This record gives sequence, C-alpha cells and structure tokens, in this order.
Amino acid sequence: MESIMNKVAQALAERRGTDPSQIKAETKFSDLALDSLDVAELIMDLEDAFNVTIDITKVDGTVGDLVRVIQEAA
Amino acid sequence: MNILGIGSALPDQVVTNHQLAEILDTSDEWIKTRTGISSRRVLGESGLTRLALTAAQRALADAGIQGSELDLILVATTMGDYVFPSTACLIQKDLGAACPAMDLHAACAGFVYALETADSFIKAGKARHVLVVGSEAITRLANWEDRSTCVLFGDGAAAVVAGPGDALLACHLTAQTDSQVLYMLAEPGNNPFTKKPEEAASGLKMLGQDVYRFAVTRSIQDLETVAEKSGIPLDQMDWVLLHQANQRIVDAVRHRLKLDPARMPGNIHRTGNTSAASVPLLLDELYRAGHLKPGHLIAMSAFGAGLVSGACVLRWGKQPPDKLTPAEDLFPAARQ
Repeated sequence: MESIMNKVAQALAERRGTDPSQIKAETKFSDLALDSLDVAELIMDLEDAFNVTIDITKVDGTVGDLVRVIQEAA
Repeated sequence: MNILGIGSALPDQVVTNHQLAEILDTSDEWIKTRTGISSRRVLGESGLTRLALTAAQRALADAGIQGSELDLILVATTMGDYVFPSTACLIQKDLGAACPAMDLHAACAGFVYALETADSFIKAGKARHVLVVGSEAITRLANWEDRSTCVLFGDGAAAVVAGPGDALLACHLTAQTDSQVLYMLAEPGNNPFTKKPEEAASGLKMLGQDVYRFAVTRSIQDLETVAEKSGIPLDQMDWVLLHQANQRIVDAVRHRLKLDPARMPGNIHRTGNTSAASVPLLLDELYRAGHLKPGHLIAMSAFGAGLVSGACVLRWGKQPPDKLTPAEDLFPAARQ
C-alpha cells in the first residue's frame, strides 16, 4: 500500500511540480488543481505503471481513494 | 479509391463561449482550458440537409464531375433533419444524381467508416464515383441544461468525391458494444401498447473521463495499426488528422506518439466537435489553404459512440486549388 502511495504521490508531484511529501492520502485532486481529464490522464499513466485496469468510477476525489482502487485492482 | 474532390459547409451562426456563459453556469476560461473550444457553429433556420447539400455540391465542383455521374451517395450522420428519408436521399435530387443513396451511422467515426465503404464499392467494381458526406447537427441532440457536454459540440458538413485509384493505403475500423459511456436514448413516441423505458430520453449523455480514456487509447492503437498496415511509420506522415473532439485528446495522443505538432493541425477552437464532419472538414480546410500537395501522406483517426473508431492512411493526389483560403489558425503555434 505504502509503495503504491509513494508512486502515486511521485506521479502527481511530477505533474504539478510539487514535493511528493506534500501529497497525502486525504489530498483532493481539486486541491492540486487537477480537473477530471487530468485525473483520467493520470489514471492512464498509473494503469501502465502498475499494469492494472482502474475503474475510474470508484475514484471519488482523493489521492487515498485512487491508491485504494489500485490496490484492489492489483 | 482516390479523392477527386472535396468541399465543406458550416452554418453561418457563430456561438461563442461568452454567449454560452450567459445561459449556463460556465465561463469562457472553463470551456477553453478543458476543451480548447472558443466558439462553434450552430444550425439556425436552414436545416442540415441544406448544409450537406452545399458541402456535396462544393466537392462535386472541386472534382469537376456532375451529380449524374455518381454511382452511390453515402452520408455519415447520427441524425438528419428527418428520421426518414435519409439525408442521402434528400440531397440526391438537388445534386442531379439518380444513383442509390443511403445514410451510414457510425457516430463520430462515420466518415472513416463511409470512406472504407466507398473504397469497397469502387474496388468491387460496383461503383466508379461515390459521394461521401459527413454531416452532423449534434447541437440539436445535446442536452442544453448539461453544461459539461452541450458546450462541446458544433454543426457542420464536409464531403469528398471518391473515384477509382489506390490512394487509400490502409484502413482499420473497430466497434465494441458500450451503451453507457456515450449515448442518447431514442424518443419512445406515443405508442400506447409499448411501456415507456425507465430512463426518459433527455439528450446526449457522456461519461467524460471514460470517453477520454477510450479516445486516447483507441486512437493511438488505430494510428499504429494503419501505420503498420500501410508500411509507413507515423513520423513519416505529412499530416495526422485526429477527430476534433477535444484539444486535450489531441494533445494526449500527440504527446504519447511523439508526433510533431506542426503536422497535427486543428480547428476545434472555432468548430467544436462536429462528429462525422470533423475529419473531412479539417481535411478540406487544409486543402483550401494550400497545405496539401500531391503525394502527401495523411493519417486520419476518429472515434465515437458505439464505441466505434476508424483510422486510415490516404495518399493525397490533388494539386492545391487555384484560389486559396488561408487558415493559419489550423496550427497551434499560430494560435498562441
């Protein structure tokens, strides 16, 4: 779980030009100024990185949600 | 097949994002950053049949052939002015044609589907000249209370005349059943013996994130497939024309395929998503502006409700028209 969180935080930090340590499970995508298509694009990258299919409808809006869905799909 | 002539037509009425902001809870900034669209054309009083006819007449004039020389009329459209007759039948007489005519429904990929169909008729020796029209008025199907989707669409028509030749170097069509991510229910009518469906018909519905993922993934796969089929790598294509659905989709495909932005022109900023008219409209604007030269290799890719997709590689055979219509805003660099 932790390594998935680290990778997701890293991917988000690269996109937003921020420090990965600033990104927490409770961080909302909207806090990072990501709109719905940014999230879709992020998910496509993470699907490639983790070799999973992510059900986008289960991702409610926080980083922790996304990490949980990837964990379930892995 | 070979493309002998091309033409297009847009409605006169321009609707800007600022106008939409007056009737919806949205803004020019919101629409532009999420879609790349600043304005779109919307049909006014004259119908879609008239627009399709005008585009077809321009394509025939460009080809230098008469309507009477057509052997088949194919109109790719989601819905014309009439449920029936087909738009193809409605324009046949005014074109001076007497040939078979039918509509073909493959949503936003309709033009590529129709082009492949035309090529098959020509190759089989069943037709010499086929008119292929992409003609759409999705703004009539949109739910104008849904600010996330109605802002995406515009109306338009574009046509080509296909004749004998071997310019369609490769084509690849796909379909996969999905009635959830992009759909519009038909009106049930007033048949008293039929139960009304649980979900009321209420215009076009779309799950944007799912459509985005489908579009980007499928377009990349389709373009790679037609590049392989034609034996021409994508980086050697003179032009890569992507269905103008959303600038973000175009940018994502371009980024992932590492394509040169100068070879991926676009007009979505002033047309919106014109569905089956989108790719031929862009092709016509490139041609009219003098950018297409004989021998140019053009990859085209489109995707839409179905879910369907189609991509092809075309070798352009025509000289630029005598009278050019400049359109430098087709190139992103000129828009910045």
